[in-house]
Amino acid sequence: MKTAIQFNQIHKHFGSLHALKGIDLTIPQGEFFGLLGPNGAGKSTLINILAGLLKPTSGTASVMGHDVVVDYQAARMALGVVPQELVFDPFFNVREMLRFQAGYFGRGQENDAWVDEILEGLGLTDKAHTNMRKLSGGMKRRALIAQALAHKPPVIVLDEPTAGVDVELRQMLWEFIKKLNREGHTIILTTHYLEEAETLCSRVAMMKQGQVVALDSTANLLNKFAGKNLRLVLGNSPLPASLLPMQKSGENGVYMLALDELSQMEFALGELRKSNVSIEDMQLIEPDLEDVFLSLVGSASDGAKEVCA
Amino acid sequence: MNLINTNNRGTYTLFKKEILRFWRVAFQTMASPVLTALLYLLIFSHVLEGKVQVYDSVPYTAFLIPGLIMMSLLQNAFANSSSSLIQSKVMGNIVFILLTPLSYLQFYIALLGAAMVRGLFVGLAIYLVALFFVKLPIAHLGWIIIFAILGSALLGTFGIIAGIWADKFDQMAAFQNFVIMPLTFLSGVFYSIHSLPVFWQMVSKFNPFFYMIDGFRYGFFGKGDVSPWISLAVVIAFLFALAWVCLKMLKSGYKLRG
Repeated sequence: MKTAIQFNQIHKHFGSLHALKGIDLTIPQGEFFGLLGPNGAGKSTLINILAGLLKPTSGTASVMGHDVVVDYQAARMALGVVPQELVFDPFFNVREMLRFQAGYFGRGQENDAWVDEILEGLGLTDKAHTNMRKLSGGMKRRALIAQALAHKPPVIVLDEPTAGVDVELRQMLWEFIKKLNREGHTIILTTHYLEEAETLCSRVAMMKQGQVVALDSTANLLNKFAGKNLRLVLGNSPLPASLLPMQKSGENGVYMLALDELSQMEFALGELRKSNVSIEDMQLIEPDLEDVFLSLVGSASDGAKEVCA
Repeated sequence: MNLINTNNRGTYTLFKKEILRFWRVAFQTMASPVLTALLYLLIFSHVLEGKVQVYDSVPYTAFLIPGLIMMSLLQNAFANSSSSLIQSKVMGNIVFILLTPLSYLQFYIALLGAAMVRGLFVGLAIYLVALFFVKLPIAHLGWIIIFAILGSALLGTFGIIAGIWADKFDQMAAFQNFVIMPLTFLSGVFYSIHSLPVFWQMVSKFNPFFYMIDGFRYGFFGKGDVSPWISLAVVIAFLFALAWVCLKMLKSGYKLRG
C-alpha cells in the first residue's frame, strides 16, 4: 500500500528541551490513524513539523512522498490541517474564508461545488454568509475544519478537533470525517478522548516524552497491553489476601481485579470460595484504550490523569 | 524549486484578500488619512502661507501638497502590511497562510502589492481633493509615478519587516511612532531643507524619506533640493536593501515558523 505520511528519525530541540527523540512512523494511504499522548508528549510538535509550521532539528518527514522541507509546496498541497486553537479571521464570512483558503492552493470557482459539500456536511450552510466573528464557538470549530478541507486534500490532520465541542457536533463531525475516510482520504487524529480513538482509528501510536511507546492496530493494542477486568461486589467481606496483587481498585466493597489472562478468573473465584466470601455481583469488563494508555504512558501522576480527565 | 509560477492563483488570492481587508474598513483605512492630510493642509497653509520662503514663485500651499500626498502614501503603505501581519499574528489566523503552499516570495509579492495599492489610492485621493483648493502644476508626470510606486514599495516592505518583527500591538505602535513618524515629519514634508541650518540640512540627507518626498515634489515643480536622479538612486538602493532583509526574514521563517 502506498504511503501517505512518513517520519524518519525526527528530532526536535527547543533550547535544552529535547521535544522529539527520533520519531519513526509510516502511515499508509486510506488509514484512520490516531496519535495519542499526554500534554507535552510531542503530538502537536510532530504535526507542526508535518505542516511546515516547525522545522525539524534533524530527520525527514514526507506527505504523499513529498518531503515537507525540500518539496514543501507539493507536500502542503496534499495536506489539510485543522489547528488546535480556535483561530479565525474577523474580516470575512464563512464562504469567503473557504474560497480564499481554496484559492491559496490554486483552486478557483470550479471548487465551489466542493465548498458547498463541506458546508452541508458540517452543518454550516445556514452560516455561509455569517461573519466569522459572529459565529458561536462550536460553529467556529466547524468553520476551522471546513477551511482545512477547502482544497480537498488527500491527507487530513485533525489536531484535537473535538476539544470543548458538544456531543451533537462531535457526532456530526465524525460522521463527515468517516465519510471522507471511506472515500479514500487518510485521516490522522490527535485526541484526548480515548474512546474516540478506540471507535474511529484502525491504528494508534501512543507518544510519551517525545517518543512513540506503542504503535499497533487498536485491536492488537487492546489484546497485548490490557487484560480484562473483573468487577466484584462483595458487600462487607474483605478481599482475600491472595487476591490483593491483582487488585486495581477497591472501595465500599466493590473491587476491580486485573486479569492478565482469562484463566485467572477461575483462580479468583476459587480463592473467594476458599475464604467463604459470598459474591453479590460480578462483571467481566472488556479493556479499553484508557487501560492501554495508562499501562504504557505511566501512572496518573506523570500526566495521564490530565489526559483521562 | 519554482517560487511563483506553480500557483499564480494562490498569490492573487492572498493579494485580493489583503485588498478586501482594508477595503472592508475603508472609512478607517482610506477616508481617515485623507481627512488628516486635508486638516494639515488647511492649518499649515493658513498659518504659513506667505511667511515661509520655499522655491521661487511656488506658493507654500502648492509646495505643501506633494509632501502631504507622499507622507500619507508612505504611512498608509506601511500601515497596511504591518497591521495585517501583526493582527494575523496576534489573532493566530496567520496559520491559514503558513499552511498553504505559497512560497515566501509569493507571500511578499501579495502583501507588498496590497500595501502599494492602499498607499497609492490614499495618495491619489488626497491629490484629487487638494485640486479643489489649489492649482498644482505637473512638470514631469514620470517622476511623480516613479517615486509614488517606489515609495509605496519601500514602505510596504518596511511594514512587512515590522509586522514580522513585532510580537505585540504596542511594539508596532512604538515602531510607528518612534521610527516612521519622525522620519516622515523630518523629511521636508512641510519645508524645504534649504531653509534649515547647514547642520540639519546634513542630517536630513541621511533620511531616505527626504529623497522620496523631494523626488516626488520634483515631478510637480521641476525643482527640488537635490537632483531627482540622486533621489532615485537612494530610493532604489534602500528598496533593494529592505527587500533583501525582508525576503531573508521570510525565507528563514523568522518569528513565523519555529
